[in-house]
Amino acid sequence: MLYDAGKILAGLAIFLVLVTAPIWWNVATGADAQAPELVMPQDQGGCVLPSGEMRASHMELLNDWRDLVVRDGDRIMITWDGREKRRSLTASCLGCHSDREKFCDRCHDYVGVTPYCWDCHITPIGGAS
Amino acid sequence: MRSLQALAIVAALCGIVMVAAVVPGFRPLLGIAVPYLALIVFLLGMTARVVGWARSPVPFKIPTVCGQQRSLDFLPHHKLESPFTSWQVFGRMALEVLTFRSLFRNTQSSLTAGKNLAYEPSKWLWAGALAFHWSFLVILLRHLRLFLEPVPRGILFLESVDGFFQVTVPTLFLTDAILVAALLFLLGRRLLDARLRYFSLPADYFALFLLLVIAGSGIWMRYFSKIDVVGIKEFAMGLATFHPVVPASAGVIFYLHIVMVGVLFAYFPFSKLVHLGGVFLSPTRNLPNNNRARRHVNPWNDRRPVEVHTYEEYEEEFHDKLKACGLLQEDGE
Ligand code: HEC
Ligand code: HEC
Ligand code: HEC
Repeated sequence: MLYDAGKILAGLAIFLVLVTAPIWWNVATGADAQAPELVMPQDQGGCVLPSGEMRASHMELLNDWRDLVVRDGDRIMITWDGREKRRSLTASCLGCHSDREKFCDRCHDYVGVTPYCWDCHITPIGGAS
Repeated sequence: MRSLQALAIVAALCGIVMVAAVVPGFRPLLGIAVPYLALIVFLLGMTARVVGWARSPVPFKIPTVCGQQRSLDFLPHHKLESPFTSWQVFGRMALEVLTFRSLFRNTQSSLTAGKNLAYEPSKWLWAGALAFHWSFLVILLRHLRLFLEPVPRGILFLESVDGFFQVTVPTLFLTDAILVAALLFLLGRRLLDARLRYFSLPADYFALFLLLVIAGSGIWMRYFSKIDVVGIKEFAMGLATFHPVVPASAGVIFYLHIVMVGVLFAYFPFSKLVHLGGVFLSPTRNLPNNNRARRHVNPWNDRRPVEVHTYEEYEEEFHDKLKACGLLQEDGE
């Protein structure tokens, strides 16, 4: 015998649906587990750090670059494989990763981060490959 | 020391998980089996608890109120503190669930210098509890970015509000800081106040330590050790779409995080944490204070009819004796 069965079971049902919402959402949107495909630079050599490190900590690298440039005026860095590069968001990162939308943005949209850097920093025009 | 018992249990769990996570063969168990099992235990456990409460009869209408009930017209009725209609009950419940109204009423008693007992309002528990619960909710919702594709706008909005100050890279989420501060406060409160320490049980500390480990490991991965979030999203999406794969790039702390969240979920329905559901079904909160206007029939009455002895029957039984001492109510007298 359940008392107030209508109200309590309705509440319970809402709760169970909310807790399992990710399952229903992904069924509805037809999403799968794959990360989106990124457009990688072809003829520029490797990234400034090994790409595993870049994936996880490029934001820290950018932060260090910003501090080094803006505070110490130290604009030149040596990549892990010995090339000289400018510490610059627009000139270096986007110089190689020229299509921001198919690289930075695609990845950020997937994980739901919205870096505010583009409020000020520009994206080179016509860089799309 | 009951706090140390709880600490020992949490530490032992952490130790087991961290040792097991070093062995690649155990990782599917920790990363895939534990989350699924924990979710099943959570859902079944919560259902069982709620159904259990729904089966318990409420013999009396017992709202505990602290305001003027609806009465004569010239007495102002306090609708939220002493609700009369269902909507007023709804308002009272909303205030309780969303703002912890009854904790707000908390008082602190102390002996004054003259050995008088004095009571004063104490809002610290209320503030700490509110800070903890709301931060935890926001953090839980923010985690949906890892389980939903595409990420809903509401979640992105929540992130932008939470990262409002745009300090540190990755952006500091305020709720991360508030959650830890609130947990440390709630823990410190139990440890430092002799009276609270006296009636705190290991279970009270266990939940706090568990949450601290979960929060600490999450913060460690986001701000310090820098986990590959894309790999983690693929893993989380795998769980949500039933094609689970263990993340290649994740380390021991990630498994600690996942398993401890699993422990929290599995422990939830069987501990005091189940107040998440219980608050909605507390008869002292969810009933209107309208006893005098609407009769509350004890549900037991239907099932086990009580043998009643009416006044008429009583009078008949003791007719002669009542008559002898002149107590009999007879027609016309
Ligand atoms: C010299 C050209 C070059 C520059 C400059 C450069 N990158 Fe890269 N980057 C690459 C290449 C090439 C890859 C692919 C490497 C690979 O797959 O091994 C890559 C990979 C990455 C990846 C990993 C993608 C993945 O999914 O594996 C990230 C993230 C990244 N770069 C971000 C940046 C950021 C941020 C900057 C600026 C700080 C930057 N890159 C500067 C060429 C560059
Ligand atoms: C309020 C505007 C503003 C915002 C927002 C902003 N920056 Fe900058 N950034 C600047 C300015 C101005 C400089 C100095 C440019 C120079 O001296 O060459 C700069 C310089 C830099 C530099 C070094 C120089 C260069 O050419 O890139 C880096 C790296 C950098 N910012 C990264 C970032 C990152 C990453 C973010 C987002 C987290 C960001 N910035 C957000 C204004 C901004
Ligand atoms: C492989 C996927 C990936 C690619 C490609 C990528 N990012 Fe990121 N980026 C991330 C993730 C994941 C985070 C957030 C980590 C987190 O939430 O802790 C992030 C965060 C950032 C942040 C910090 C934002 C914040 O608010 O915390 C900046 C700045 C950033 N990325 C810049 C870039 C730039 C510039 C590029 C392109 C050159 C780029 N990223 C390409 C995955 C990527």
